[in-house]
Amino acid sequence: MIRYALWRLLMAIPVMLVASSVIFVILRVLPGDPALMIAGERATEDEIAAIRESLGTDRPLAVQYAEWLGAALVGDLGQSTFSGQPVTRLIGQRLEPTLSLALPTLALSVLVSLALGTLAARRAGSLADKVVTAFSVLGFSVPPFVVGYALVAIFSLWLGWTPVQGYRPLSDGIAVWATALVLPVLTLSTGYVALITRVTRASMVEALSEDHVRTARAKNLGEGAILARHGLRVAAVPIVTVAGIGLALLLGGFVVTETVFNIPGVGRLVVEAIARRDYPVIQGVVLLSAGVYVTVNLLVDLSYTFLDPRIRY
Amino acid sequence: MSAVQIRRTGPQLPLSFWLGLSVLSVLAVLAVLAPWIADNPNRLAPAQRLQPPGAGSLFGTDAFGRDLFARMLYGARTSLRIGLIVGGLTLVMAAALAALCVMVRAADAVVMRVLDGLMAIPNILLAIAIISVTGVSLWTMALAIAIPELPATTRLLRGVLLSTRMRGWVEAARVSGCPPLRMAWRHLLPSVWPVALVQTAFVCSSAILIEAILSFLGVGNPPNVPSWGGVIGENRAQFQLAPWVILIPSAFLTVTVISINLMGDALRDWLDPRERGGT
Repeated sequence: MIRYALWRLLMAIPVMLVASSVIFVILRVLPGDPALMIAGERATEDEIAAIRESLGTDRPLAVQYAEWLGAALVGDLGQSTFSGQPVTRLIGQRLEPTLSLALPTLALSVLVSLALGTLAARRAGSLADKVVTAFSVLGFSVPPFVVGYALVAIFSLWLGWTPVQGYRPLSDGIAVWATALVLPVLTLSTGYVALITRVTRASMVEALSEDHVRTARAKNLGEGAILARHGLRVAAVPIVTVAGIGLALLLGGFVVTETVFNIPGVGRLVVEAIARRDYPVIQGVVLLSAGVYVTVNLLVDLSYTFLDPRIRY
Repeated sequence: MSAVQIRRTGPQLPLSFWLGLSVLSVLAVLAVLAPWIADNPNRLAPAQRLQPPGAGSLFGTDAFGRDLFARMLYGARTSLRIGLIVGGLTLVMAAALAALCVMVRAADAVVMRVLDGLMAIPNILLAIAIISVTGVSLWTMALAIAIPELPATTRLLRGVLLSTRMRGWVEAARVSGCPPLRMAWRHLLPSVWPVALVQTAFVCSSAILIEAILSFLGVGNPPNVPSWGGVIGENRAQFQLAPWVILIPSAFLTVTVISINLMGDALRDWLDPRERGGT
């Protein structure tokens, strides 16, 4: 097991290398010169050259990549070309709102989708199943900002239960913090819940049709125990896999949700960075989210041995 | 001949397919006819801003007095165009990569590792990064949206081709010295059409969504190119005052994406015998 874990960790390195070089190649090699974008149309040759030098884009690509990667490995993502501050500090300042949004979203999504998927699978073909399936098709098709504005229209403008927009830090008190987060969390969850509900339903339908479930029913085991031990336990591997891959949906969703609700998180940082042509910041945030994605999917892989005793490494 | 025959013995295409198709057809006709049935979508009329739907214009006007009906129809052009271009672009690139992977063992490892790396970057962030460098035009937008779609599509087509490669006709072509391009085009790729068709539908709907998201964020199409996502983004400050400016483009976007997804789901169930007759 430990050997396998180390092996998987080793295998994650090339993926991160490729992801980082993809980001690097996009920002440095694609037609379009950051220095020209920063300088604007009326800059002179000298000014552009000076910007290139300050960005380091005048040196050979391989050297730039090696330096950037080497620095990133020790936690240095460079300086913002807009404010001159270290990118890691800029990201750090925005982490609280983003994590406040992320953790409840993850918890809520997993709970709700397991419940909905199980409900639908238990009575496959029933009205409840059809409603859940329709919801998961909708959840995929409705853009996140549409969900956000619809929720604001209902709960803030019409019912007046929640604030329309904005983020309140945890230091303002838990109740204030939580009320402001309700709608953003629901918005960000929708697509993810639709995805996991769909796979939970499919996986549970299969698990519940197995012989050991019939046996468990025959010996009059409680419904809860059947669903948990004979159903979800067996159905877990595909669910966890899709939840891991679907994380990309959440990582991209921050950008939209934070914009709709004016939350000053990491997602807004990227959007602001684009307007300012602040390439080191864009590069840093993209690298960070790739790192989160790879790490979570590594953990997903390792969780298989706990979820399914037949899988041994 | 290597063309795969899609034999139809099972049930007909479900109602949802025809529903999706009719909605899209109506939208496409409106989009094509836009110059004749709608005003100039970019004409500013500050005196007429935020007019509610009904009086004077069907959907009212936005925060700059532009006619929302015109912006919706021209927005449909933007969305449908980006959906079709990204669908086509992704299909061509993914099919070429998948054929390369299946035919050249050394390329397979490299291409798959690069796609793994691409997959680790969330699609919206990747598209944002690409556009931030290339600037916005129809083709850079299309490319920025298509590249993040490549890993999943290529993987899917590669899977189909791996089993096609084992078929008798491919072996026969190989021993008779079929040149590589002809092999890919005539003997391997025809087998991916059913899967590719369904996948392209999903790529189309995803592309329309991502274009809307990018334009909403202010990263995509500039205001003089009407886009549903852009209209929502430009008017988001007016939401409390004039909710329809947000709700109407939202409805267009949602209905379009649902229609394409319904068609894709229906086609997939129809083409895949294992799924057919399921729940």
